[in-house]
Amino acid sequence: MDLMTNLMPAGAEIFMLAMACVILIADLLIKQSGRLVTYLLVQLTLLGCSLITVGTHENGIVYAFHNMFVDDLMSDVLKLLTYLAVSMMLVYSRQYLTVRGLFSGEFMVLAMFATLGMMVMISANHFLTLYLGLEVLSLSLYAMVALQRDSAVATEAAMKYFILGALASGLLLYGMSMLYGATGSLELGAVSSAIKSGAADKDLLVFGLVFVVSGLAFKLGVVPFHMWVPDVYHGAPTAMTMLIGSAPKLAAFAFVSRILVEGLQPLVQHWSGMLIILAIASMALGNITAIAQTNLKRMLAYSTIAHMGFLLLGLLSGGIEGYGTSMFYAVVYVLMSLGAFGMIMLLSREGFEADTLNDFKGLNQRSPWLAFLMLLLMFSMAGVPPTVGFYAKFSVLNSVVQAGHVWLAVVAVLLSLIGAFYYLRIVKLMYFDAPESHAPIDVGSDSAFLLSVNGLGVLLLGLLPGTLMSVCAVSVQQSLLLH
Amino acid sequence: MNFETIMFYVFAALIVFSALRVITAHNPVHAVLFLVLAFISSAGIWILLEAEFLAITLVLVYVGAVMVLFLFVVMMLDINLVRMREGIWRWLPFGAALAGLMAFEMIWVLGSSGTPAGKSAIKHAADYSNTKELGRLIYTEYVYPFEIAAVLLLVAMVAAIALTLRRRKDAKSQVVAEQVAVKKADRLRIVKMQAERKE
Repeated sequence: MDLMTNLMPAGAEIFMLAMACVILIADLLIKQSGRLVTYLLVQLTLLGCSLITVGTHENGIVYAFHNMFVDDLMSDVLKLLTYLAVSMMLVYSRQYLTVRGLFSGEFMVLAMFATLGMMVMISANHFLTLYLGLEVLSLSLYAMVALQRDSAVATEAAMKYFILGALASGLLLYGMSMLYGATGSLELGAVSSAIKSGAADKDLLVFGLVFVVSGLAFKLGVVPFHMWVPDVYHGAPTAMTMLIGSAPKLAAFAFVSRILVEGLQPLVQHWSGMLIILAIASMALGNITAIAQTNLKRMLAYSTIAHMGFLLLGLLSGGIEGYGTSMFYAVVYVLMSLGAFGMIMLLSREGFEADTLNDFKGLNQRSPWLAFLMLLLMFSMAGVPPTVGFYAKFSVLNSVVQAGHVWLAVVAVLLSLIGAFYYLRIVKLMYFDAPESHAPIDVGSDSAFLLSVNGLGVLLLGLLPGTLMSVCAVSVQQSLLLH
Repeated sequence: MNFETIMFYVFAALIVFSALRVITAHNPVHAVLFLVLAFISSAGIWILLEAEFLAITLVLVYVGAVMVLFLFVVMMLDINLVRMREGIWRWLPFGAALAGLMAFEMIWVLGSSGTPAGKSAIKHAADYSNTKELGRLIYTEYVYPFEIAAVLLLVAMVAAIALTLRRRKDAKSQVVAEQVAVKKADRLRIVKMQAERKE
């Protein structure tokens, strides 16, 4: 095949890698006071990547590098949203990290490599590239969590994340090797057709599938593979928590849907049963345990577990609509979690983390606008209309009901009702309790502006969800090969 | 049962035995040595599969370099064996039950229809070069994952440096350039004073 036709679809990845190497070298020449230059370069790279992604878009599905790489509408949309999420993360965390002495070149370069890992995952069409993309992402995240070397909590979080992440990778690889043994191929399309032809050993396939689903569940952080999530979310510096909790969820959606929906579609009756158990357990444990938390980061970690359960509901209900709503849910969740962690960073200052519930007491008296934005974000996470969280939950439930699992939808609604309690408790603390401290809130104008856009976006998308919903539905329809 | 099959079972049994000893050995140094045995046995299986290059690389890189480093680290660590084994009896029943359950489930799935038939390895002629074929594949069909693997190593390097490099402010070190560029006026101060009178 011609070299250029191979390289063009992966233009954004190549640009990102080249710029990461350039910034890695250029940062050596920049003094600590001039870190802003590095920061702007990273933002420009993300902008450049989005231009390339849009520019190299072609209708239909393009394969490159011997079918290891796939460029389709879903991958382009998810990549653009990933750039946006990473860029927002950088804006939110600039001041927070500067104050803590973590605003270093390594942080930004590792964030770029993490983005590259996500891009590789999103565009992978082969078990090998899926796994390598995941490892590039995870390795960057482990290092970023540990960057705050003098903090015992952060080091402990990084250690737990690393060991459990390595275990999950092992499970995933073991499952993949089983699937390879059964089908004789690592390419998703070939795996799928080998299973359909009936030549593959069914027992070996199911055996591999169990390990693959366990590995995926570990990476998504759903019950019973969730143990690392609260500790890592709590222990990591909030900027790193925001990175872990936002953009990788988009890549994880692509990862799970490519493996299960594209590669293992013929085994759907096996994995949808597993996903039902994972989804119910996550929603139950996540929502109930979150009530007992006094630390907001820990509470949001349990809320992530519950949200990931909801994401699985969309996937297991199947069909274009199910996968479309699942993707919509992932996008909305990323938007909400960026806002919530952004709020924690905005209220934090030197030597002080605003990460307990008490820090939000009486926020309305200290800053009515921030309290209103937090109200919007919490309403959206709880699924209160007219915010977008309501619409996301509603559409997932709709596809679950259409798939014929009415009882599952009822359980999901009941569990989200339990979950609404702890989100609304924050609203109550902000509006009806007296503030514990009267320290002035010193906010950077860029992050405050972004937070306003983020909070209002949650409201606006809730009022007009049609565009984003149809983008998700169309991209899933044009991309996932539903055999 | 031909010779190759017998060798496979020998190596497989060695791997299982040494892997078990890695986690049960009292002395961490012994555990590392058993890990070396596990690697060498896996290399043996790879040789049986005609993957000579991979087998030799495994021995050279893992056994020769990585495990030796590992051995150094383990020998330097001051590990308190008594403290390490404190909780073992408390958690053993729970862990054993879980492991037993998993083993039972695996046997149940796999045992229901006999041994699953995976694809058997393809046999090649004696003049077939495994190394050449590997090199060809890595730079053609697998060039994309190969490059990503390289990125992975770069990330590991950046992470290792970022996490371990500490610039000590109180460290004493020579700055050769300054020493060379020094002038007489910087070091020598001529003080004019009156000759002292002998009392």
